[in-house]
Amino acid sequence: MLNVGKIEEGFVLDHIKAGKSMDIYYQLGLDKLDCTVAIIKNAKSEKMGRKDILKVECDIEMLNLDVLGFIDHNITVNVIKAGEIVEKKILVLPKEIRNVTRCHNPRCITSIEQGLPQIFYLADEKREIYRCRYCEEKYSPTSLRK
Amino acid sequence: MRHLMSPLDFTVEELEKLFCLAVEMEKDPDKYAHLCDRKKLATLFYEPSTRTRLSFETAMLNLGGSVIGFADASSSSVSKGESVADTIRVISCFADIAAMRHPKEGAPMVAAANSSIPVINAGDGGHQHPTQTLTDLLTIRALKGHLGNMTVGLCGDLKFGRTVHSLINALVRYEGIRFVFISPEELKVPDYITDMLKEKNIPYEEVIRLEDRIGDLDLLYMTRVQKERFFNEEDYIRLKDFYILDKAKMELAPEKMLVLHPLPRVNEISVDVDDDPRAVYFKQVQYGMYVRMALIATLLELV
Repeated sequence: MLNVGKIEEGFVLDHIKAGKSMDIYYQLGLDKLDCTVAIIKNAKSEKMGRKDILKVECDIEMLNLDVLGFIDHNITVNVIKAGEIVEKKILVLPKEIRNVTRCHNPRCITSIEQGLPQIFYLADEKREIYRCRYCEEKYSPTSLRK
Repeated sequence: MRHLMSPLDFTVEELEKLFCLAVEMEKDPDKYAHLCDRKKLATLFYEPSTRTRLSFETAMLNLGGSVIGFADASSSSVSKGESVADTIRVISCFADIAAMRHPKEGAPMVAAANSSIPVINAGDGGHQHPTQTLTDLLTIRALKGHLGNMTVGLCGDLKFGRTVHSLINALVRYEGIRFVFISPEELKVPDYITDMLKEKNIPYEEVIRLEDRIGDLDLLYMTRVQKERFFNEEDYIRLKDFYILDKAKMELAPEKMLVLHPLPRVNEISVDVDDDPRAVYFKQVQYGMYVRMALIATLLELV
């Protein structure tokens, strides 16, 4: 079995769906940081069978929890200080997401004006429904992630 | 500074004030003939809509103001690729208020966010058409005497018909409203509307045949099945004649039921219905002009 060492300061994203860690790596902008990142794919998991893990050695403030909550609010976020877990962050669906994904409605103004910010607001928290700020097209987080 | 993007931008009380002003303007036009002296309205019509544009322009002229603008995108800088944001920034330097119609949904919202003058949404794709809604509400209020406690039937293209979506959004704020949606399966009202009605516990039903429920309606709002809203011409040809209101169907309707239509009518209302006193769609056009006069005066803060 492959061993990846503990990190001293940073955060660990656990319980990522197997195969999704690279997507999350880019969506969180981790490719733009110069800190150490360990991407563990297809690790064994009692809960999930297989899972991915991301270990990132940088301040938790660098992590956009809204984006992560939108991508998958079942991911576990462990904050590490001095090699120990000091906090577990709970992810929720963000009230608004900006420039994470695009509206797919061909009649939306964002389909022709590429420079506009792509904004979606959480219209119904219970049913996990987002709507485009411009055209009000309805999306589930899953359909928006496509 | 305020804009008008959706009928919900104004509270019920603000709408009542607007309607009172529109009625006053109808009764005493001379009193308001110079209210907008030296003011300019820009009509930014990225898709042709002669009726709405002329209604806005006449409204401004009746108030003593003047009008600039374009009637379709090909005669504007849009054809050179200018963004909505840049267009409104430029127009803000010339005009005091703008009315924008755009085929893309949300375009007037982008304009409002970048504008230093009030922007009125004059229709954006299949999304909203708030001034048509204000027209409809004023017509109902003037001819029924109230805006609540009625069964409202909406018939035809309920999927792409933005006038329908805007009207539903506005009517749900009044007490005792019930809806009957009459449309073919392909043109049913979108789920974001029915979701909202369920959430607010507002009764509605969806039926296919107009004859089945026309006898229960206080108001019948007819719409045109619009060719430009279809991706596929075959679908348009198959559905365009699905609902035609004629004299025979009107005989099944209550004596005091009003028939409204945003116009232009193609053949969904037979011309032999025009003489029926319940057919008020031409009066509706006139109320549209008065409500736009009241809106321009209100957004320019001149009243």
